[in-house]
Amino acid sequence: MCLVLFCIGLYCVLRKRNIIKIIIGLGIIEYAVNLFFVLIGYRTHGRAPILAKDQQILNMVDPVPQALVLTSIVIGLAVTALIVAIAIRIYEKYGTFDITKINRLKG
Amino acid sequence: MKILPFFIIIPLGTAFLISLLAKKIKNFGDCFANLGTLSLLALSLYSTKLVFAHKILVYKVGGWMPPIGICMVLDGLTSFMLVTVNLVSFAIALYSVSYMQKYTDKYRFYTLFMLMLAGMNGIIITGDLFNLFVFLEIASISSYALVAFGTEAEELEASFKYAIMGSVASSFVLLGIAFLYSYTSTLNMADISLVLAQKGTGLLVSFVAVLFLMGFGLKAALVPFHAWLPDAHPSAPAPISAMLSGVLIKVLGVYAIARIFFNIIGINNISLSMLMFLGVVSMLIGVILALAQWDVKRLLAYHSISQIGYVILGIGLGTPLGILGGVFHLFNHSVFKSLLFLNSGALDYALGTRDLRDMGGLREKMPITANTSLIASMSIAGIPPFNGFWSKLLIILACIQSGRIIYAICAVVASILTLASFMKVQKYAFFGKLKERWQDIKEIPVFMRLSMIVLAIICVMGGLLIIPLFKPFLQSAVDVLLAGKGYKDAVFGAIR
Repeated sequence: MCLVLFCIGLYCVLRKRNIIKIIIGLGIIEYAVNLFFVLIGYRTHGRAPILAKDQQILNMVDPVPQALVLTSIVIGLAVTALIVAIAIRIYEKYGTFDITKINRLKG
Repeated sequence: MKILPFFIIIPLGTAFLISLLAKKIKNFGDCFANLGTLSLLALSLYSTKLVFAHKILVYKVGGWMPPIGICMVLDGLTSFMLVTVNLVSFAIALYSVSYMQKYTDKYRFYTLFMLMLAGMNGIIITGDLFNLFVFLEIASISSYALVAFGTEAEELEASFKYAIMGSVASSFVLLGIAFLYSYTSTLNMADISLVLAQKGTGLLVSFVAVLFLMGFGLKAALVPFHAWLPDAHPSAPAPISAMLSGVLIKVLGVYAIARIFFNIIGINNISLSMLMFLGVVSMLIGVILALAQWDVKRLLAYHSISQIGYVILGIGLGTPLGILGGVFHLFNHSVFKSLLFLNSGALDYALGTRDLRDMGGLREKMPITANTSLIASMSIAGIPPFNGFWSKLLIILACIQSGRIIYAICAVVASILTLASFMKVQKYAFFGKLKERWQDIKEIPVFMRLSMIVLAIICVMGGLLIIPLFKPFLQSAVDVLLAGKGYKDAVFGAIR
């Protein structure tokens, strides 16, 4: 299912003409990867691996992917913020969000 | 042992301090950035000495033992790459002192520059796969911002394209890491290699290899994934073009591919022939596209694709001679390509145009730019006494030695085409008659001259690196790649 989501995002980035839609597609790709990462660590009926004095945890989820996904979400935020900022400046300069009209670079 | 974290602490700390203080104190950014890169260069030169003495050094971050904690690894390849990166970045920081005067926010430039440097040093030195991804993103995000630094229409467009393709590439890398983690349940590079050796490599690992090849290949601008490079590299300010073309695509692309394919996943004939094929295709297509260009920086950007092809071809051959050639060409290319981009920046600075058809006869007016660019052009085209010749010769010899005559012929053809296109640059820019409108231009400021001269001297002396006295520097990098799966034993040996 995550791979389907990944492919939807990839389609969105490759086929759409509107810059904002491309950025949304990028977001979908990132979420697909993050979701996949979390699901890797999932065990059925698992619980959070928190050590307490009088508890024995027999079945726990893998905490490492969750920590990694946290990092990757932050990175995704930075990338999205930067790209949206660039998109706003592009709109100021070109007056359009259509990438077929933003084509001053050729060759 | 203790110097390893400083490769990341120094650029990060400098970036922080510059962004904090440079607005208040005049010239603080200039001095501090140059001090930072200089100390990094000194440290990386010192690290080669450590590698000769100890072979491999491992630093445990926070004192945690490696399969669980994160570690940093210093071996031959690492210290070789560190020297390359920090040498080029030192020259570029020196150059930016004068060049970046025409932009308003100079201190922001230095901050982003140092962040990018921190990312690259981090990629080189880390021993942990996810950590590599984080540093990859630090370096990429600051480079997206730097490409858009001028905030003109073309720069924004190029940066947008670069940012979208770069982020998709990073997602591929992260997906690859996720699959690899689900298979081996560890993130430490040496440990992954150990688990893969015990569990055996199946179809999943091949899939992961393809994902990594797509992700890092896009960062390295190998040919099917090269579309962003000719836009992004010319649009950035000249020092940044030099940095992007000179070292960023090598660290993010070639180093990561070499490290992961040789030392972690392990190479086989299929992946080697795939690398070689990609190398040859990018070599030829890059140089053919470059022939038709009139914008100096765009022409240089296409040559970067072509020269990266050489490096990948050399490393992909997998023979000791081929890897030696590839690694040597990597060093040479980062020196002469940065020099060429700095030259084009100098032309831009003095004339305000990058179109070759508008130039001509600048040799009289700008002798230092003309001579250094002549040296760099001859190096990249492979004229005998200069460094580019020796590395190309090694790659071609290695092709013949392993019986791949067609690839050798392709390499020779690409080299001749490179020569042709740089003859064009020299002829139109520096020889011929001086045009009326350029009568009163001046040579560029002293800092820019200084850094170009330093790089030109390294271009001339670079050929000496293969004589026996200096060869251990390259050889220790080659040994790491040749050892392949021996990497894990070396790392675990150093921990105990």
